[in-house]
Amino acid sequence: MTPLAVSIIGTIASLALVVVVLELIRSRRLRERYALLWLLTGIVLAVLCAWRDGLNTIAGWLGIRSYPPAVLFAVGILFILAVLLHYSTVISRLSDQNTLLAQRLALLETDQRAIARTGRPST
Amino acid sequence: MGSVRRVALVPAFNEEAIVGRVVDEIRAFDPSIDVVVVDDGSYDRTAEVAQEHGATVVRLPFNLGIGGAVQTGFRYAFEHGYDLAVRLDGDGQHDPSQLDRILAPVLAGEADIAVGSRFAEEGAGYRSSRSRRIGIRLLAWVVSRIVGRRVTDTTSGFQALNRRAIELFAHDYPHDYPEVEATIMVSRHRLRSVEVPVSMRERGGGRSSITALRSVYYMVKVLLAIFVGLFRRNVVPEEGTS
Repeated sequence: MTPLAVSIIGTIASLALVVVVLELIRSRRLRERYALLWLLTGIVLAVLCAWRDGLNTIAGWLGIRSYPPAVLFAVGILFILAVLLHYSTVISRLSDQNTLLAQRLALLETDQRAIARTGRPST
Repeated sequence: MGSVRRVALVPAFNEEAIVGRVVDEIRAFDPSIDVVVVDDGSYDRTAEVAQEHGATVVRLPFNLGIGGAVQTGFRYAFEHGYDLAVRLDGDGQHDPSQLDRILAPVLAGEADIAVGSRFAEEGAGYRSSRSRRIGIRLLAWVVSRIVGRRVTDTTSGFQALNRRAIELFAHDYPHDYPEVEATIMVSRHRLRSVEVPVSMRERGGGRSSITALRSVYYMVKVLLAIFVGLFRRNVVPEEGTS
């Protein structure tokens, strides 16, 4: 059985996470599309913490007899990995866009200098 | 030959000591060629020196690395309608007096891209450390297997390209180990590529991005990039789209 203290603290922490994410969205410091995974993480963890029978049942399915809250760690780590992977794709896209912008800027400046010098584009 | 609009693309990062000479030598080889130096976010006087020597300078706002810098050059060549581009490194290791060797197959219409190779001829006299030679051999072997023809110098940036090849690279160019990956890309897009023997000089200034100690680490990363690249989707439509 999950200790009561673990259940209470876990629920509070998970709900706090959800509240913080909602506040970040509200104050426009976090875009919704990046917040979805975080919200899902918070909600799933909160449910698992609060619903002690459910946690025990799931632990039973997985063959975890000695310490059911281990399921919480597993789920938490899984979500954190998903969020990190998601961020890697975001960073990759941003850096591609960043490269493209730098190239376009450099080419525009070159053309603009040529126009300023000769009064017409170089080609 | 005079009607073929041609451009020399020179990526340079902190090469103020040598880039002027490179520009002069290219213009001495062929006064009709436009020289474009891509300054990859240098913090020395590379851009000013290149400009003083008569090159057009494309100045990147920050350092993109060799792949991003070279692609900027290809974009310039594509958008300004050049029929032919040659690429030389801004550190002076590519000798402009050998440009006609890599230009010949492209001008003759025998290849879309010609690459100057240090190793195509035995005893070409290129000196480097033992670990690097082994690495170069191994890379060449792997790349040759993949593209189905003999490639001896997978990291050479001494190249001549026709309009088709310029267009491909303007739209899609690898970032991390551009020459190696580009060799494979060219073959996947069914462009005709040849290797031409050239000799290269000692680097005029600056340092190689590959030190002997890092060779092994470099090899592992390049091989990984190659194999990942094999599974990667083509970004550019296969052929003849523009």
